[in-house]
Amino acid sequence: MTIKGKAYIAGIYEHPTRHAPDKSTAQLHAEVAKGAIEDAGLTKADIDGYFCAGDAPGGLWPMVDYLGLKVRHMDSTDTGGCSYLIHLGHAAEAIAAGKCSIALITLAGKPRTGPMPPRAAGAEADFEAAYGATTHNAYGMCAMRHMHDYGTTSEQLAWIKVAASHHAQYNPHAMLKEVVTVEDVLNSPMISDPLHRMDCCVVTDGGGALIVTTPEIAKSLKKPLVRLIGHGEAMKGPRGGKDLDLTYSAGVWSGPRAFEEAGVTPKDIKYASIYDSFTITVLMQLEDLGFCKKGEGGKFVADGNLISGVGKLPFNTDGGGLCSNHPVNRGGMTKIIEAVRQLRGEAHPKVQVQNCDLAVAHGTGGLLGVRHAASTCILERA
Amino acid sequence: MAEAKKLPVPQGNPETAPFWEAAKQGKFMIKRCTACGEPHFFPRSICPFCFSDKTEWEESSGEATIYTFSLMRKSPTGPYAIAYVTLKEGPSLQTNIVDCDMDKLKIGQKVKVVFKPTDGAPLPFFTPA
Repeated sequence: MTIKGKAYIAGIYEHPTRHAPDKSTAQLHAEVAKGAIEDAGLTKADIDGYFCAGDAPGGLWPMVDYLGLKVRHMDSTDTGGCSYLIHLGHAAEAIAAGKCSIALITLAGKPRTGPMPPRAAGAEADFEAAYGATTHNAYGMCAMRHMHDYGTTSEQLAWIKVAASHHAQYNPHAMLKEVVTVEDVLNSPMISDPLHRMDCCVVTDGGGALIVTTPEIAKSLKKPLVRLIGHGEAMKGPRGGKDLDLTYSAGVWSGPRAFEEAGVTPKDIKYASIYDSFTITVLMQLEDLGFCKKGEGGKFVADGNLISGVGKLPFNTDGGGLCSNHPVNRGGMTKIIEAVRQLRGEAHPKVQVQNCDLAVAHGTGGLLGVRHAASTCILERA
Repeated sequence: MAEAKKLPVPQGNPETAPFWEAAKQGKFMIKRCTACGEPHFFPRSICPFCFSDKTEWEESSGEATIYTFSLMRKSPTGPYAIAYVTLKEGPSLQTNIVDCDMDKLKIGQKVKVVFKPTDGAPLPFFTPA
């Protein structure tokens, strides 16, 4: 059984806010849900499946009740920032199996207004919690080893931020709209070696939502048709400390699964949404997905190769998490939304990829240098 | 972070209690599976590789090399070096490199275990050998 072509993304909505101290988190979930339902041309009563992750206050019970949904299928898989990519795959499975016909996926939260609650402790807590692993230094450790093994440079990483900033200048909602140079990135303060401040994504309040449905229902609606044709998910951790290698992510497993199901290769991809919690995240994931060989990511991203209209692989044309938006410190949702905009032809004209008929949306969740999940979605204009 | 703020007390549990008891004696313990021969860390009762329950405690040499590290410069409790080190016995683990000139740390550098007191069992860290 495959989910290829069995589910369409009929509605998308990205909250325009980047700072929402005057709203509740549940309210933001409701606002993005409303936005996506209206984008699809549906009503709330049409929703019969709901998906949310750890950012939803209280999880499924309070959210389904608060939103006033009546669902026959639900899923609260939480794998951090890539939860929503996994939800998209799971929604397609549920739709293909007849468990629901119109699924709503929401993400929202306010880390810019106030700190997020800590993660629940796992079995490793006594053996790791004291050492102060954070997103910055966990990804810093990956970058340090990648540089050691492959000669990757800070200049090469900086090109990823430069490309994102070129795109963000056209996004009126982007938190950082200024175009930056490689020198700007290298001159920004060191946060956790070798990652500079401009190697890091923004922290924003906000959210986003998707409507996923059957081919028949999608075709009855008015939006350009975008369908999921391949999906993969995987997890990676230190696994007892054997053969530790922080230079690759779980994308080495989720990517090939998604491409195989879709029956396409990285060479066929016209646009890539790649989770950009940090510059190193993008570089490693491009390698892991097969856009270049392992270790050659530095060369691949340099010299504007990720800039729409300039390079061979336009990426994160909304400005991504590095410049535009990173709601709830979870980048997977906005990755899907910008990929759908590209496939619909609704991206900003300055960054719209010509004849964009095939895109990938990919992300990781958790800490790349510690334990993380990855999910890959291949999307096609139908 | 190791010195600048009070260290958390290991909570322990029936599965890991022998590790913390040994730590009080200054011993750094790992687990080894007698079915597949693989050592692992942090300790589990069932081998994460072959899933055998024939795992035994083994004292590690405490000798390791730095696999990777990062100097966390933006911290309310002061800069600290987080790292993964690879024990002579094989397993790699997360730690802090302490009692050192952080700007001179290098991948591949030899380090050794050092215990730091808490209000309970001491916590293992690593320092240049």
